[in-house]
Amino acid sequence: MVVKTGSLKVIQARFQLSYAKQAKAHFNLDLDIEIPGQGVTAIFGASGSGKTSLLRCIAGLEKSTSGCLSVNGELWQDTSVFVPTHKRSLGYVFQEASLFEHLTAMGNLRYAIKRNNQTAKPELLEQVISVMGIESILSQYPQQLSGGERQRVAIARSLLSQPKLLLMDEPLASLDNTRKHEILPYLERLRSSFNIPILYVSHAVDEIVRLADHAVIMQQGKVIAQGGVTELFSRTDLPLGVSNEVGAILDCKVVEKDEQWHLMRVAFEGGELWLPNVENKQNTTQRVRVLASDVSLTLSAHSDSSILNVLSGEIVDIINDQNPAMTLVRLKVGSSYLLARLTHKSLQKLGLVTGQNIWIQIKSAAIVR
Amino acid sequence: MSLSDADIATILLTLRLATTVTILLLIMATPLAWWLARTQSWFKGPISAIVALPLVLPPTVLGFYLLLAMGPNGAIGQFTQALGLGTLPFTFWGLVVASMVYSLPFVVQPIQNAIEAIGNRPIEAAATLGAGPIDRFFTVVLPLAKPGFMTATILGFAHTVGEFGIVLMIGGSIPSETRVVSVQIYDHVEALEYAQAHVLSGVMIGFSFLVLLALYTFQRKRKAVGMTYGR
Repeated sequence: MVVKTGSLKVIQARFQLSYAKQAKAHFNLDLDIEIPGQGVTAIFGASGSGKTSLLRCIAGLEKSTSGCLSVNGELWQDTSVFVPTHKRSLGYVFQEASLFEHLTAMGNLRYAIKRNNQTAKPELLEQVISVMGIESILSQYPQQLSGGERQRVAIARSLLSQPKLLLMDEPLASLDNTRKHEILPYLERLRSSFNIPILYVSHAVDEIVRLADHAVIMQQGKVIAQGGVTELFSRTDLPLGVSNEVGAILDCKVVEKDEQWHLMRVAFEGGELWLPNVENKQNTTQRVRVLASDVSLTLSAHSDSSILNVLSGEIVDIINDQNPAMTLVRLKVGSSYLLARLTHKSLQKLGLVTGQNIWIQIKSAAIVR
Repeated sequence: MSLSDADIATILLTLRLATTVTILLLIMATPLAWWLARTQSWFKGPISAIVALPLVLPPTVLGFYLLLAMGPNGAIGQFTQALGLGTLPFTFWGLVVASMVYSLPFVVQPIQNAIEAIGNRPIEAAATLGAGPIDRFFTVVLPLAKPGFMTATILGFAHTVGEFGIVLMIGGSIPSETRVVSVQIYDHVEALEYAQAHVLSGVMIGFSFLVLLALYTFQRKRKAVGMTYGR
């Protein structure tokens, strides 16, 4: 790979790493990717697929045998260069908060500020503290904080070194479900308040669809796909998690609000949907997730159905589901894609084949952001 | 019966020896403990074993070899002579060297345990926040391993005060140069001065009890890792 120094807003990474994990067999990381140097990029894959190793290589915590890394035009590693971790302008949020136990929450934040060699805006500290909602716990020691609070302090700490790249290694994985939902809004605020490219490692689809714009799918140390989240998660050829969680993602614009029925009409590339109105959301763009199990197909348009959203589309692919009774059908609506999970029996009964035009009924769709 | 001037001189000498040895050992043992705690090297086993040897060897064995090494024909002796310092046996600095060897495991092991207990993560976190290696040592490792350093200091000091065999072999019994409390007690007993031996021995028992009391009280208060040493 030729590193084009000066090529801005892109992270180019090539790593080859091979080591024997304690008990497991030999592990190889071998990839060569280009990731957008802005927005949130999810690194998705099953555990053991090399997500964390990739992040550690980018941070310089792991020395890959052969590697090349440039971040928004800055060269961090190649055959003759290895910038040590402490000289890389990055933030790293570990799975466990990893706060310094001998310092208070504020002490932890100060630790980062002191070592930030850029001239920090004085209001940055205030902004970070308020975005992460940690005003009231600053004087406490890490042992006195809950798991969620510790992680919020850790995220705040990483922001205060004003990193050019923020690496987050499953920051929610060590928290229970309630705490997870407590932190997700803070991560969304972080995404919208600070203009820092974020690499977000996770194996949770619901986190990724809420936060990420772009995704890299990893399997056994290799990158098997990457692209926009909306595009990737409507594909049927990728290992995207448990089959009953499979669903397409649509980025929609709100075009009409119907006060009488408390509904809103949203438009995506290729069609429109009616969704329950969301009052408190200010933004006019909404990301909508349509689970494959909430989509059914009919040969003709029914007007006698309770289903509000009926779209016309084309079958582009039919594959077997993990469950032997089920199939997964990929549908094209305009330039967007939807997924439907049907039984083999229904598929045969309706005589569905690739290329066929079909009516698509959407029972429900969830607004994820 | 109170302490004679000679007895007081031995106590002061003993304190001077223990302080010198403890300070020098902390400086030298810390990098060694750091290396032992973090290395993946094959040498870790053999080096650990060598560091721990004084725990199991009779002091006479150590004393014998140190005497040879520091003597006029020994490696250390040749070196000190080349530097124009003469030979070390039967001098204060000879005692310092011998005591450092003898007390080494008592200082290395608590520090090593404490550093091992900290693990990699806080050090990595500090690196990602822009702290260089030396910065990380002083701002993360040292404060987190403080209980281990406290234990190492107390044990190193107390153990040096309590040694006898190696002191007798390397230092002999030269007043104000090598005659420490334990040797003075031995001399008193040899001379059948039991009353004086009683007083000095009483002082030693009192001192040792207070040191160990301090150690265990401190350990109980701070149930921190790397502290449960010396049990």
